[in-house]
Amino acid sequence: MSACLAMLDARIRVLLQYRTVAVAGIATQIFFGFVRVMTFTAFYRSSAAAHPMTHEQVISYIWLGQAFLLLAMFGVDNEISEMIRSGTVVYELTRPASVFWLWYSRCVAARIAPAAMRAIPQVLLGWAFLGLQFPASVLALLMFCLALTGSVALAAAISLLFTLSLLRTISGEGISRMGPALVFLLSGIVVPLPLFPQRIQPILNALPFRGLMDVPFRLYLGQMTWQEGVLALAQQWGWIVGLLLLGRWLLALGVRRLVVQGG
Amino acid sequence: MPQIMVEDLRKSFRVAHRRPGALGALAGVFRRTYREVEALAGISFRVERGDLVGYVGPNGAGKSTTIKTLAGIMVPDGGRVEIDGLVPWENRIRHVARIGVVFGQRTQLWYDLPVIESFDLLRDIYRADRNTYGKIRDELVEMLQIGSVLDTPVRQLSLGQRMRCDLAAALLHKPSILFLDEPTIGLDAVSKLAVRDFVLRLNRNEGVTVLLTTHDMDDIETLCRRVIVIADGKVLSDGTMGELRQSVSSERWLAVDMGDGVDLIDEPDTRVVRRDGHRIVLAFDPRKTPPSQIIARICEKHPVRDLLVENPPIENTIAELYSRRTA
Repeated sequence: MSACLAMLDARIRVLLQYRTVAVAGIATQIFFGFVRVMTFTAFYRSSAAAHPMTHEQVISYIWLGQAFLLLAMFGVDNEISEMIRSGTVVYELTRPASVFWLWYSRCVAARIAPAAMRAIPQVLLGWAFLGLQFPASVLALLMFCLALTGSVALAAAISLLFTLSLLRTISGEGISRMGPALVFLLSGIVVPLPLFPQRIQPILNALPFRGLMDVPFRLYLGQMTWQEGVLALAQQWGWIVGLLLLGRWLLALGVRRLVVQGG
Repeated sequence: MPQIMVEDLRKSFRVAHRRPGALGALAGVFRRTYREVEALAGISFRVERGDLVGYVGPNGAGKSTTIKTLAGIMVPDGGRVEIDGLVPWENRIRHVARIGVVFGQRTQLWYDLPVIESFDLLRDIYRADRNTYGKIRDELVEMLQIGSVLDTPVRQLSLGQRMRCDLAAALLHKPSILFLDEPTIGLDAVSKLAVRDFVLRLNRNEGVTVLLTTHDMDDIETLCRRVIVIADGKVLSDGTMGELRQSVSSERWLAVDMGDGVDLIDEPDTRVVRRDGHRIVLAFDPRKTPPSQIIARICEKHPVRDLLVENPPIENTIAELYSRRTA
C-alpha cells in the first residue's frame, strides 16, 4: 500500500507542474460556462412551466460542472497508454507491488491534481462574480465533500477501466473520443440530470455516472434530503467497488496474455 | 544449487497474417489468419550465483523474451523456471523484489522528475529502509559518477547519463540478480566503458549475478566468462569464450606489418583474410601448423616490421555460428 501512496504523491507533484495548462483550461471552461448559462437562461425565460430546479440552482449547477469538469473528462490515462504503447510497461511489472493498485494510484493522481488546480480558482471566481451559490447548509457542504471524494475515486476507477481497454487495442483514440461524450451527457454536464424527462430518470439513477457530478452538486445545492444523500453515496461507493473488481479481473486477464514486443 | 534454473522454456506468439493487396486487407477485416511464431522453442540453462553470463543471438532470437520471462513480466507457454526457489510469474511480487532489470531501450525513470526524485520514489515502492537506502544510493552515485546530474530532470539527460542512472535505479534495492537487456545500445565509447566497468565491479565486488544480452561483442569479450548463444528460440552454444571459439573454429589470425615494396605473402597453410596498406592479416590453424613455424618462415622471406597473433574477432565466430544453423 505504501508503494501506491508513494506513486500517488509523486504523480500529484508532477502533475501540479502543469500550471499554464490549468490557466488555459479555466479560461475555456468559464467561456463555455457563460454559453451554457445563457442557453439555460433563455430556456427559463421562454417557459412558464414549473421546473424541477430553480433558475439560480441551474446556474450554480452549471458553474460547479465547469469547475469540476476534469473529474468527468474521460479518456485513457495518458501516462499508462504511453507506457503500453512504448512497452515501458515492462518496468511496472518489475515493481514489487500490485500493478492494479499502482495504476489506480496513477489514475487518482491524474484526477486530483489537474481538477484541483482548475476547481479551486473557479469556485472562488464563481462565488465572487458568476452567481455560484454558497452550499445550502453546513450539512450540505459536508455531504458535498464526501460525495466529491467518492467522485474522485469513481472517476479514477472509470478512467482505469478505459485505460485497461488498451491491453486489447493499443491505440486509445476511439475510446478517448467516445468516452467524454457519453460521460458528459450521463453525468449531468450537458444538461443537469434533474431536467431530464421523468421516464429516463430511473436509468440515470442506476448508472454510475451521476455519482461523478450530479450527486455532489445536488448535495451542495441542498436538493437531496440527507437520507437520499446517504443512499446516493452508498450507491456511489457500490459502483466504485464493483468497477474496481471488474478492473482487477480485466488486468489479470490482460497480464496473462501480455506480449511486449521488441528488445 | 544453481541460482537460475531454466528448463525447456517455450513461448509462441500469434501473429496476424496480412494478405497482400487492397482486397486482402479488406478480407482481413472480416477473417484474420494467424501464424504461430515460436519465440522460445525449448530453452534450458543454469546460472550459478555470482556468474556473469552473456546471452547473445541475432535479432528476433528470443533474448528479450527470455529476459522478460525470467523477470516475471511474461508468462511462458511451457517449461520451468526457478530463480532462488521462486517461479517468477507465479510469485511475481516476491521475485521482483530480489532482482534488478534494465532494458537498454527504455527507461524506468520518471521523465519529468529530477533523477533523485525517481530514486526516492523507487525507495518507497521497494519499501527500502531509509538508512540502508541512503548508503546504497551514495555508493551507486559515486561508482557511476552521476552526482552532478541527480537534480536534472530525466528528459534533459544524455543517453549515456540516463543509462547510468537507470543502472543505479535498478540496483537501489540491492538485488542479488541483475538482468541487463542491451545495456550499451546506442552509447558512445566512454559511456560504454563506464557501464562495462561498473557491471564488472558489481559482479566481482558485490557478487551480483548478471545475465546480459547484447549485440556488442566487445561487451561480451570484456565482461562475460560464459556465453550462451541462441537463435530461433534454441540454445546453439553454451560455454566459456574459449569453448565458443573452439566449437566454431580453432583459427588464429596473424597480422603482419610489412616493409616497403612487399604486398604479397604466399605462405602455405595460411589464408589471407584482408590487406590494408602494409598490414596483411593471415588466418591459420595452430593445430596443423604451430605459429612459431609460420612466423619464422615469414620473417625469413620478408622484411617484417611488426607481428601480432590474435583471435579472430568474436563477431566472426558468432556470425559463423548463426549462419550454420540454416545450413
